[in-house]
Amino acid sequence: MKFRIYRYDPDKDAQPYMKDYDIALEPTDRMLLDALVRIKSVDDSLSLRRSCREGVCGSDAMNINGRNGLACITRLADLKEPVELRPLPGLPVIRDLIVDMSQFFKQYHSIKPYLRNNEVPPDKERLQSQAEREELDGLYECILCACCSTSCPSFWWNPDKFVGPAGLLAAYRFIADTRDQATSERLDDLEDPYRLFRCHSIMNCVDVCPKGLNPTRAIGKIKDLMVRRMT
Amino acid sequence: MALPTRKFDAVIVGAGGAGMRASLQLAEAGLKVAVLSKVFPTRSHTVAAQGGIGAALGNMGEDSWLWHMYDTIKGSDYLGDQDAIEFLCRMAPQAVIELEHFGMPFDRNEDGTVYQRPFGGHSQNFGERPVQRSCCAADRTGHAMLHTLYQRNVRANTLFFVEWMALDLIRDASGQVLGVTAMEMETGEVWIFHARATLFATGGAGRIYSASTNAFINTGDGLGMAARAGIPLEDMEFWQFHPTGVAGAGVLITEGVRGEGGYLLNKDGERFMERYAPTMKDLASRDVVSRAMATEIKEGRGAGKEADHILLKLDHLGLDVIEKRLPGIREIAKKFANVDPVKDPIPVVPTCHYQMGGVPTNYHGEVVAPANGNPNTVVPGFYAAGECACASVHGANRLGTNSLTDLLVFGRASGESVIRFLKENPGHKDLPVDAGDYSMQRIARLDGQTGGESVFEVGAEMRRTMQAHCGVFRFPDMLQSGVQKIKAVAERAKRTEIKDKSKTFNTARVEALELDNLIEVAVATLVSADARQESRGAHDRADFAKRDDVNWLKHTLWYRDGSRLDYKPVNLKPMTAQTFEPKVRSY
Ligand SMILES: Cc1cc2nc3c(=O)[nH]c(=O)nc-3n(C[C@H](O)[C@H](O)[C@H](O)COP(=O)(O)OP(=O)(O)OC[C@H]3O[C@@H](n4cnc5c(N)ncnc54)[C@H](O)[C@@H]3O)c2cc1C
Ligand code: SF4
Ligand code: SF4
Ligand code: FES
Repeated sequence: MKFRIYRYDPDKDAQPYMKDYDIALEPTDRMLLDALVRIKSVDDSLSLRRSCREGVCGSDAMNINGRNGLACITRLADLKEPVELRPLPGLPVIRDLIVDMSQFFKQYHSIKPYLRNNEVPPDKERLQSQAEREELDGLYECILCACCSTSCPSFWWNPDKFVGPAGLLAAYRFIADTRDQATSERLDDLEDPYRLFRCHSIMNCVDVCPKGLNPTRAIGKIKDLMVRRMT
Repeated sequence: MALPTRKFDAVIVGAGGAGMRASLQLAEAGLKVAVLSKVFPTRSHTVAAQGGIGAALGNMGEDSWLWHMYDTIKGSDYLGDQDAIEFLCRMAPQAVIELEHFGMPFDRNEDGTVYQRPFGGHSQNFGERPVQRSCCAADRTGHAMLHTLYQRNVRANTLFFVEWMALDLIRDASGQVLGVTAMEMETGEVWIFHARATLFATGGAGRIYSASTNAFINTGDGLGMAARAGIPLEDMEFWQFHPTGVAGAGVLITEGVRGEGGYLLNKDGERFMERYAPTMKDLASRDVVSRAMATEIKEGRGAGKEADHILLKLDHLGLDVIEKRLPGIREIAKKFANVDPVKDPIPVVPTCHYQMGGVPTNYHGEVVAPANGNPNTVVPGFYAAGECACASVHGANRLGTNSLTDLLVFGRASGESVIRFLKENPGHKDLPVDAGDYSMQRIARLDGQTGGESVFEVGAEMRRTMQAHCGVFRFPDMLQSGVQKIKAVAERAKRTEIKDKSKTFNTARVEALELDNLIEVAVATLVSADARQESRGAHDRADFAKRDDVNWLKHTLWYRDGSRLDYKPVNLKPMTAQTFEPKVRSY
């Protein structure tokens, strides 16, 4: 199977370049990550992140034939050849398919991604109804892979100012949690021309999320809450 | 060569569930702690845990920590230490409640309490009937727990060193542990982390087998580092084969599927577990179910063209239950097995899953080793928790859900022990002058190697050897030849060569260093397994079919030096409860 892979090692390459591989696969190689491991067994200099190989750790996000996705759950059979692989767009490249995710995590951290509740907790669990808990479905499952934020034009232009879809999804995860008491602080923090309002509902994020989550909807709900509290 | 040095009160290696529960304890106490991880914390393999956390909350019906304790001891085939097991089961409810307070999105009951599902080997009233004890967030419990712990650490301002790989343990002449050497993956620089206390939470080494539910990064680094520093590894012959890994892919299908009412079928459509475990059936403990499946396949009742797997049926649960309680499983089955479990059964086989053994500790998370006639002498300054540690609460076979409980309970306990030690031992002891030399020699050897062995090939040979010689069923001749073979593989591993010499994010170098650790674990496993002449828990020998409490009710200790074995007694004395005397195990 044929691949064209973005290569760049700052130690020796003046410029990034695309390298062609034609590799014999085994019948057990079903996912793109299997093929990359196979390539690495003959060219050990190819660098990428990977861990769980089942789509839950968020390590191996990359741009696959022009679309962001996880190599470990992308079926080889579904890919057009030569398979073109590039690092996630919009973030600085450290080497080959490995990008510097600092900016992405900085935005995630900026929304204070932890439950805020200053009451002394009860001896037992805090109660939450099934309906209240269901509000968190579609929010808490995010694996921080950055497929969404790095496909979002608003994030490309303002990675330092726009929180981006993953961070905003996380913000809404806490707003929606009945146990969190910081909704109004959270909304204050996002009431800003950039942090939230750079989202123009282009929906790239929804298209690419490998976990089928919908950051645009979460963003919409945050915007609704802001409108509601003004009136 | 003197390496650049950073100083901390404590250094924790590993940011999975155990490492981050411990770091939280230290960070919230205001200590200067560094947490090193090969990957961003939420990418640690705890993220993959599916089924739940075991704790006798009693939300679904009567339950007690004593029943949980009994189940755990029985599950361990009586090899678990009863003081540590009592501690685990007594502390479990509090640990889960705490996690809920941190924000964990547990599933709920109608009354708003945490939902609990049945799980293998967990019972009411000392084995009478299955109990609902597993606290879960759909089938993404590990993900929810790991993210919650990370979030809580963000709140506590924990200092993480992300994509730093610890290489070796630093001990002084007295044996006290003074930190680690570690490589920053992005730059290739090696630093010394000089610490008053060092805690390992490096997770498992399931990658020694070809078919494994474990992540690529589960390479037993903590075990390799400890072994190279002269610390023995305990009970390494005991590896759990999970009954339901996706055939061919290895990816896990949680026992929660059977907890929610799924069951196993052979090629004749027979629900064969009824024959092997009349009371608990498909929810018998894992060693029992895996052996039953392997027996069915061996005797020609496997499903599929090659008669090489078993079918896991769950379509009768209905779309609603599957979507609500097992959505991740449906995703995995579609992706990795090409079946939609709403309609068709999932092809599964027993797959290497969990390492019961590890770095020996007591229930305070302090690392212990034989010295001066005491098999459990504390190694000063050294702590371990989670899958890399052996407390031993899982003995010869772990119950499902008890690992996540272990991470929370012993993560916290070891953190507390570190705090106590730091109070009693102010100030850093001096580093030995040669601290760091060993790591630099290993790296220089690797970078200078010519005409050497491929890391990929040696790794593949190791995995094949383990798979063929030390699987679910073990045979004397295979174990003996396995020991010879794995020692030959270990020799080859001394001459690994990488073509990539770059300083920047050199993953070839990382993989070569990981292989060094895997090899230590593989040798320890085969040598320990070959020596244990009985069948107990996950260790099942054709030539010694029975458990032998007279000769083998004891823990194995493997030393790297000369691959020497030693043994120490099992602690049968709980903290407060009565001893559970070894009995014949039936489910
Ligand atoms: C698919 C699957 C499902 C499971 N489901 C359940 C379940 O439902 N219930 C249950 O109780 N158990 C379950 N288990 C078992 C349980 O998840 C694990 O035993 C547990 O998560 C291990 O946690 P840990 O904190 O010890 O290690 P891990 O989460 O594996 O973390 C190890 C950490 O150490 C770091 N590390 C390792 N080596 C180095 C090094 N050299 N330098 C720096 N950092 C290093 C890693 O980066 C990582 O941060 C499951 C296991 C698997 C594989
Ligand atoms: S919907 Fe908003 S966040 Fe998503 S890609 Fe478009 S601009 Fe970005
Ligand atoms: S929302 Fe989806 S795409 Fe974005 S980081 Fe989370 S899992 Fe990845
Ligand atoms: S390797 Fe974990 S998401 Fe792909």
